[in-house]
Amino acid sequence: MLLLLLGIIFLHVAALVLLFVSTIVSVWVSGDAGSSDLWRNCTTDSLGPDCNPASTGEWIQAVQAVMILSIIFSCLSLVLFFCQLFTLQKGGRFFLTGTFQILASLFVMSGTIIYTVMSPEWVNGNYSFGYSYILAWVAFPLALVSGLIYVILRKRE
Amino acid sequence: MLTFLALASVLLLGIVPERSQAIVIYTGWERHGLVGSDIRLSCSFFSWRWTSEDVTFSWTYRPDGSRDSISIFHYTGGVPYVDNKGPFRDRLEFVGNPGRRDGSILIKNLDFSDNGTFTCDAKNPPDIVGRPSSVRVLVFETVPIQAGVITGAIIGVVLGLLVLIVVIYYLMRFLVARRVFSLSVSKHGKKKKEGPQQRQLWTPPPLTCYPLP
Repeated sequence: MLLLLLGIIFLHVAALVLLFVSTIVSVWVSGDAGSSDLWRNCTTDSLGPDCNPASTGEWIQAVQAVMILSIIFSCLSLVLFFCQLFTLQKGGRFFLTGTFQILASLFVMSGTIIYTVMSPEWVNGNYSFGYSYILAWVAFPLALVSGLIYVILRKRE
Repeated sequence: MLTFLALASVLLLGIVPERSQAIVIYTGWERHGLVGSDIRLSCSFFSWRWTSEDVTFSWTYRPDGSRDSISIFHYTGGVPYVDNKGPFRDRLEFVGNPGRRDGSILIKNLDFSDNGTFTCDAKNPPDIVGRPSSVRVLVFETVPIQAGVITGAIIGVVLGLLVLIVVIYYLMRFLVARRVFSLSVSKHGKKKKEGPQQRQLWTPPPLTCYPLP
């Protein structure tokens, strides 16, 4: 029983950490000229890395907003999980926790989809998607599975 | 021991700035302006050395779509030299304060042909190695949305909806609780009403006189 609890918490925290890393470090696109991400564009030349804030397009701001929202909802669901763990009746389900976690995973999914569709408009030249982009795509199924487990789980002794 | 420490500190002070002697120039990244308005392009720098008297600022302009840049402003030897032949003649003014490391310029009466990249290069002898910084100027008829406004709006709307749903949920619970409370009061009233009715239904049996034998 304790093992199950620890496993669930570990899954949730892993998804949350991936979301944080993906949003903050944010090496979403890297190419030969430099890397570009949610918050700024960096190019590297002889004097070192040179960073400028990202463009003021509407879609990149939408991706920023959606990633921040997914972090907020995932944190809220973790807090709610601990609340419900001590206040839920026996046999009850962690509906609220699961709802928030599933919403967080949906936000991550929509953010990465928007970024994938719009990225040719933002970055030119040959580039490839960086590790933050991959981390965001990995965080989506982790958060989804975690949310579904919460919805299915019943509280026991 | 003290002399050793003094020597070491002098050596360190001599060695450490060697690595970080690049001058760092700051301009904005993008500036938006309305047609016909004035725009101030700021340029400042960071340098480990004191501001020298031979500090120089120079601005160059590269129109959108062109590969050539022309020089439009130069400050040297304490005298600013503004453009008097190029596209900014009579429109450029120096509003900076070189003593405070500010080399900002003011461009008056913007036009669509002023769209382009302005590059500021500052030198603070002997600190001269640095990368010039560029600011893009975009001229609009109406002011566009600033960076971060849409982000904040989306986050605010979603969190506001969440708070609203929570408030509505608790309000409904509170209202239902009140209705339950009033239901129990009316039941109590009904019981009271039924009580006397029951008493009235139960009439005492009539007294009959049994004659004595």
